[in-house]
Amino acid sequence: METLLAMTLGCLVAAGVYLMLAGDLLRFLFGLTLISNAVNLAIFTSGRITVGGTPPLVPDGAYEPAGDVANALPQALILTAIVIGFGLFAFALVLTLKAYGLLGTIDIDKMRLSEAKPDEDKA
Amino acid sequence: MADHSEHPASFWTAASLLPPLIAAALFAVFTTFLPAVAAGETLRYAWGWIPALGVDFSFVIDGLSLTFSLLISGIGIAVMLFSGRYLAGHPQHGRFSLYLVSFMLAMLGLVLADNLLVLFVFWELTTITSFLLIGFSHGSEVSRRAALQALLVTGAGGLAMLAGFLLIGAETGTFELSALREMGDVLRDSPLYIPILILVLCGAFTKSAQFPFHFWLPNAMAAPTPVSAFLHSATMVKGGVYLLARMHPNLAGTNTWLWTLVIFGAFTTVFASIVALRQNDLKQTLAYTTLMALGALVLFLAAPGGYAVTAAATFLVVHSLYKAALFLTIGCVDHATGTRDARRLGGLARRMPLTALAGGLAALSMAGMVPFIGFIGKELLYKGGLESPASPIIVTGAIFAASALMFAVAGVVALRPFWGSDGKMPLLDRPIREAPLPMLAGPLVLGVLGLYFGLSPHGLQVHVTDPIVGAILGDPDMAKELYLWAGFNLALILSILTFATGVAIYVFQDRIRERIVAAESRLMNFDALWDRLLAAIGTGARVVTDLLQPGIASRYLMAVFTTITLLIGSAILIRGLDIGTVGLSGVDGVHVVVFGLTIAGTLLAVVTNSRIAAITGLGVTGTGVALVFIMFGAPDVAITQILVEMLIVVLFSVAALKLPTLPQRLPFFHRRAHAAVSIALGAIVAGVVIAVTSVPLDLRLTEFFEANSYPEAHGRNIVNVILVDFRAFDTFGEISVVAIAAISAYALLRQRKTKGSQ
Repeated sequence: METLLAMTLGCLVAAGVYLMLAGDLLRFLFGLTLISNAVNLAIFTSGRITVGGTPPLVPDGAYEPAGDVANALPQALILTAIVIGFGLFAFALVLTLKAYGLLGTIDIDKMRLSEAKPDEDKA
Repeated sequence: MADHSEHPASFWTAASLLPPLIAAALFAVFTTFLPAVAAGETLRYAWGWIPALGVDFSFVIDGLSLTFSLLISGIGIAVMLFSGRYLAGHPQHGRFSLYLVSFMLAMLGLVLADNLLVLFVFWELTTITSFLLIGFSHGSEVSRRAALQALLVTGAGGLAMLAGFLLIGAETGTFELSALREMGDVLRDSPLYIPILILVLCGAFTKSAQFPFHFWLPNAMAAPTPVSAFLHSATMVKGGVYLLARMHPNLAGTNTWLWTLVIFGAFTTVFASIVALRQNDLKQTLAYTTLMALGALVLFLAAPGGYAVTAAATFLVVHSLYKAALFLTIGCVDHATGTRDARRLGGLARRMPLTALAGGLAALSMAGMVPFIGFIGKELLYKGGLESPASPIIVTGAIFAASALMFAVAGVVALRPFWGSDGKMPLLDRPIREAPLPMLAGPLVLGVLGLYFGLSPHGLQVHVTDPIVGAILGDPDMAKELYLWAGFNLALILSILTFATGVAIYVFQDRIRERIVAAESRLMNFDALWDRLLAAIGTGARVVTDLLQPGIASRYLMAVFTTITLLIGSAILIRGLDIGTVGLSGVDGVHVVVFGLTIAGTLLAVVTNSRIAAITGLGVTGTGVALVFIMFGAPDVAITQILVEMLIVVLFSVAALKLPTLPQRLPFFHRRAHAAVSIALGAIVAGVVIAVTSVPLDLRLTEFFEANSYPEAHGRNIVNVILVDFRAFDTFGEISVVAIAAISAYALLRQRKTKGSQ
């Protein structure tokens, strides 16, 4: 089961990197979203998969979870990661909007204000 | 310099008087150690510096370091007295004196250091002060280039030497030379012996200007004459020779050491003495004879024999005495006549008798005439050459050729300028007259010392050569006696032959010089090679910079991803990846559908040109991931995931109103490199995750949370308890991050278009 998950998230990473390299800001954001998902899955898989899927809950009247439950620790980490990832995504999206508004393009290779080509220095 | 001679009064300044006084005080202190060292003692002084690394400020006084210290401070007196008058009135005289004294102290530190790292620090300090002194006439481009060249060549060699020292420290556990000397064959038997030897020799050969690193030394003559006399003949360039002598007990004795030193030393000494004859500028002539002497010293530190090391020790002193004197003499001539061109000088003895005397005494020692110390030095060189275990023919032949040429060069330097007809000297607004006393005193005393030691070599032997041989070979009894008359033997016959050949070369010097000049044009010019090397480094740096920093964002991204791929990939290739058993146990139809859905959404986002389709594809993937979380017991995560996915889709859709449509994708054909890196990175991540899941998992933290969630925090949802209780501060930080992102996004959206934007 872990093998299958690993392969799936490998596909997500490959697709994410390929999109990020495409050269425009929108596809970059798509790629970023995919990689966030892939990393969350990687953390989840590293904490081992509980086939059958009992959530980590302590039943009423008990002091500890009964029997085999899913690993709680990676879940807590992923929850944090999802939210942070969302914050990152939202901010990057706003930056994209702003960049397009200012520069009139979403082609990242045409955004050369900070490192102008030598012949454009004076422009 | 001629301009400053009209202000003799300015000799009485701190800049002129302090340096020789400092040198004299140091010299006096060092002489007090002579009896103890002559008696075979070794004195060591140490102060803690970096005890954690085993680095102490430790200094040792034995035969080797004391002789060097006496030479440095003694010749320092002569040189500083000279420069006090030579540079009197120069606007930067104070700066010059500061550099010169700093150099002297650094050089003393170098030869006295007992700790390899302390030695390295002083070594580099001499390199830096040498840089400042060569570039003293910083208005001249020639000086600046020569200074930089010397700095880079010797600095690079110094760094190599440091690497060698660190290997020595790693191999033996100590940086103390005195401790290393007790260790015998530890380094010679080490598998790192060859790397250590190469690195240390790089340091020694660059500092002592051995071929092929010789080219910086003649260029360093751009420095004022006292600097050339002090640093670039008598002391600093002998730093490399000193290092070889110091490392002799630990590194010498192998065939590698023997042949490397013989070949480099012999070639340098013969090559340099031939080129010396060809020079017209007398300072350049002397610079090449310095190379000859350094080559000879390296040659004689190759073999562990008693004659060889005694010869090296004697020749070290001999050369320092006559070479410093000759440089200062040439300085006097230059000062008086305004030229150093051998072709224009002549007949000066009538107007500068004392200068002629000083130059004559030094030149006789250099030529190896009886009864000067130079004769004894040359006899010992022959004896050492004849007993050389490498190849007596090569060593003796090299010394014979070099000595004969030295004989002729001595005539060029000290005979032609002073005797014969008047030269065609430049017209000055003042008559040519005798050099002032402070400039004359040094060369005169040094020249007379060459005669004194020749007539009575016993004092020199007891106080200098015996202790040096003791320090290098560990046994002062191996030292050979210094005799002016050692009987009628092969060395004497060679000496007589040397004189005959030398006279012949002197007589035919003009014709020989033409031949050398003709041959020279067909040889490699290392100085020009150096310029090309520097230019190539510059070009290479520009190419690399253009490659890595083209100012094009997509290439930066590619560089980052390629680097990650290569780093992790090479680590996997080197260490291997244990992926355990690839298990597909427990996989059923539902799983396959969910994974399939996730991948399908991803593919859609990759291939489409439509924004809506791409956003839909991302939504499908996000939902697929949420389903994975649900299937495997993470409902809280799944809920968050779905909420976030919805928000992302909504935000994208809103933003899409203000954004252009997706640009046309580049055809896949043009993106093969991108695809290769993406697939490689995806495969690597998948492989690493599989490998991670195939090793046992440490569940202690999870068990702690499971056991304490309810009893400690009174929560039954363990994930929630971790977030809001056990790791509450993390969660607080997370909320802050999201809040900051929200505020920043809001600020950006509210911001009006700034002035000057399109």
